[in-house]
Amino acid sequence: MSAVLPTPAAVAVPRRGLLSARSWTAVFAALLVVVVLVPVLNLVVPAGSVFHLSDFMVQLIAKIMCYAMCALAMDLIWGYTGILSLGHGLFFALGGYMMGMYLMRQIGSDGQYRMPMPDFMVFLNWKEFPWHWALSDSFIAQMLLVALVPGLVAFVFGWFAFRSRIKGVYFSIITQALTYAAMLLFFRNETGFGGNNGFTDFKRILDQPITTPGMRMTLFVITGITLIGMFVFARWLVGTKYGRVLQAIRDAESRVMFTGYNPVAYKLSIWTLSAVMCGIAGALYVPQVGIINPSEMSPAASIEIAIWAAVGGRGTLIGPIVGAFFVNGAKSWFTQAFPEVWLYFLGALFIAVTLFLPQGIVGLVRKLRGLKEERA
Amino acid sequence: MRRFVLWLALLCVFAPAQALTPEQALALSRGDTSSRIAALNAALDAPDDRTVSLIQALADDAVRVSGTAVFIVRDDKGFDPVSGAEVALPAAAEEVINNNQMRSELDAALAFVKLSSPDAEVRLAAVKTLAGEPDEAKLPAIQKAFAAEKVPAIKEALGDLRYALLLGSADRAKRLEAATALGDSGTPATKTLLLERLKTESDAQVTAALKGSLAAIESRLAWGERLGVVFTGVSLGSILLLVALGLAITYGLMGVINMAHGELMMIGAYATYVVQNIFRTHFPGAFDAYVIAAIPVSFLAAAAVGAVLERSVIRWLYGRPLETLLATWGISLILMQAVRNLFGAQNVPVENPAWLSGGWQVMSNLTLPYNRIAIIAFAMLVLAGVAALIAHTRLGLFVRGVTQNRKMAACMGVNTARVDTYAFALGSGIAGLAGCALSQVGNVGPDLGQSYIVDSFMVVVLGGVGQLAGTVYAALGLGVLNKLLEGWQGAVLAKIMVLVFIVIFIQKRPQGIFAMKGRSAEA
Repeated sequence: MSAVLPTPAAVAVPRRGLLSARSWTAVFAALLVVVVLVPVLNLVVPAGSVFHLSDFMVQLIAKIMCYAMCALAMDLIWGYTGILSLGHGLFFALGGYMMGMYLMRQIGSDGQYRMPMPDFMVFLNWKEFPWHWALSDSFIAQMLLVALVPGLVAFVFGWFAFRSRIKGVYFSIITQALTYAAMLLFFRNETGFGGNNGFTDFKRILDQPITTPGMRMTLFVITGITLIGMFVFARWLVGTKYGRVLQAIRDAESRVMFTGYNPVAYKLSIWTLSAVMCGIAGALYVPQVGIINPSEMSPAASIEIAIWAAVGGRGTLIGPIVGAFFVNGAKSWFTQAFPEVWLYFLGALFIAVTLFLPQGIVGLVRKLRGLKEERA
Repeated sequence: MRRFVLWLALLCVFAPAQALTPEQALALSRGDTSSRIAALNAALDAPDDRTVSLIQALADDAVRVSGTAVFIVRDDKGFDPVSGAEVALPAAAEEVINNNQMRSELDAALAFVKLSSPDAEVRLAAVKTLAGEPDEAKLPAIQKAFAAEKVPAIKEALGDLRYALLLGSADRAKRLEAATALGDSGTPATKTLLLERLKTESDAQVTAALKGSLAAIESRLAWGERLGVVFTGVSLGSILLLVALGLAITYGLMGVINMAHGELMMIGAYATYVVQNIFRTHFPGAFDAYVIAAIPVSFLAAAAVGAVLERSVIRWLYGRPLETLLATWGISLILMQAVRNLFGAQNVPVENPAWLSGGWQVMSNLTLPYNRIAIIAFAMLVLAGVAALIAHTRLGLFVRGVTQNRKMAACMGVNTARVDTYAFALGSGIAGLAGCALSQVGNVGPDLGQSYIVDSFMVVVLGGVGQLAGTVYAALGLGVLNKLLEGWQGAVLAKIMVLVFIVIFIQKRPQGIFAMKGRSAEA
């Protein structure tokens, strides 16, 4: 099992600073785009102008940025530690549900039934909130739960899985079963998460209307900053000693063990961290997309996260972000222009990336650049 | 009524068959309901064929009266009820109208007459009709029919009916006897009967007997239910076994994670659908045999697709299980979309042939459907076939050899690449067979495979890699466990509990029930 991954082009080498000068420039440029350019193009430039960025585009980019966080989290666990999770959709959805609970409480009495409880509870004839809704009225508590719930689920699951040395494909299949079981659970009305309709029709966040252009742009900027922050953090993490042990585990776990490291602690911590990142992504996703339901936990949704990371390039941190934008951009274009062809394209992408592009798009670009330099 | 019963009892024994007279016919057909019922009861003393056909005609609303003449009308022609000869039907003849009371009396009378029919099925149906409206007046005749009955099933039903009537008797001793005797019955109907009597019964001894009998019946019914749960569990297990057998070869022996396995099953199911349509249009006479023809077709269709997949994609990914997983997931997406484009996104109808519909009634509340029995048998056959193939054929030997040591096998002259293709095609073909079987019990649609893929991987993971025996135990065990939990907690929670159980089980035995023994540090 030592050759699960082809040796990636970039094993992070010790370096002096956190990022190279060029990378810092790129990060600041990205920050500038998110914080200044997009808001200006969307809010200030008039709707008729060529440079106007439509609300639809803003929402799409925001959505993809949330996906990119998932892909980044997936890359940390898969690309850097060699553990393929097919259950990251669960953590994404859990984060989303925690946010959704708060947003449902913010609706107040403005639901269809004009009752102080969420519509689905009125519909089920529930008189009081179930126990897990106890904190849902508090924004701060719910935001803590966004990180805590996926983190705790991941920790408990990982504790059992890694300690009994479940690895490789076994682990992937078990995580898939986990998210599948959770999906079935959340489909039930009795679970108290709105059954198959999930949560939707949000009205306010922090007592402010949620659909105004200003609120949408605020959420967009927060999402963008979070993504860039996560990227820089991941960049720092993989450069530390901790990060290099992770890569050693990926390449030869037995050797790491024989040299005296305990891989369980490393795997468990990066696994939990990765789940928390997904949970945060889910929490940012829900208010912008306006709905969360159990279909986010379907095995297909989780496996798509893996393909974003694979398409962009595993073992590089910019790769997953590129991949998320590429695949989801293609998805939104295909499903509008040729809905029939989308699944063929996605399927072919899975095959092509695994067969021909093990390093993903980033690897391809590096290879082409390498060829150019050789010729020059 | 009482007197009639006495008469009836006497006449049943002594009177010869009595011929229908024109006066009787008229009395049956005209007058107020109570007098007609009296006439009906009188006519039932020892009815001849003519009386029976008149009663039948009355029940069918096919009798007209003109003055004092009675006519049976069949196909717009009039017949004399007494002689049976065709006669001219006067235009003024009025139809006989039956009210509900009369109608139920007529039905009961017909059933009563049929009790002595030579045809066993007719007798059984008659007993069932009579059991629908217990009437104590019919008791003596039922006693007599009970004594004369030879067929055990009908005798039992008649006995139950007899006691059911006795249960309503005014005589305490009779009630007691009936209450005790009914405990031997096992039908839900008897249970209702006893429960109803229990509500009105005042005698303490009879109440105790009723309760005892109820408990006996309930425990018998509970057994039927328990057996039913075990059967559905085994049935689900055999389906899982069929699904997992193919995986046991592709994953267990070859180490290929084939996420498109479910879609290969879907191909098998659609192949069955196509064969069904061909039989329907070209050989409608042999339609019942289409399933037999569909078995090899579905195997070959799925095996061909599997061989193509192995040659084009999977071949390049050996030793990289995670990549294989993603690539085969992509294949599954393409196959699903292709089927959607070819056959439409809706489910397609696949009909059971006549010999697979219906079921075998084992107990009053336990019926085993033939299609499920057939699938259990089919799964066992496929299992035996695969086991024999792996253990006793040259191909099986090669597959085992390549699995154990690829390089060594190659050195010995085995064409490992070709063995891979054959083995993968075999696993895919078995998936096709599973699809063919599934088409007989479930929906056939583009999503067919998706609903089984998680379950089937669970079976392989639980059973352990590289062992057919593990797959068998895991499949049957999971099937029965699932159904047991389902009866207790409902379908969704049962599924969740099973998945949690597997996750915990894997903690204890990471290599499944039957682990391959070896020294490898990393299995």
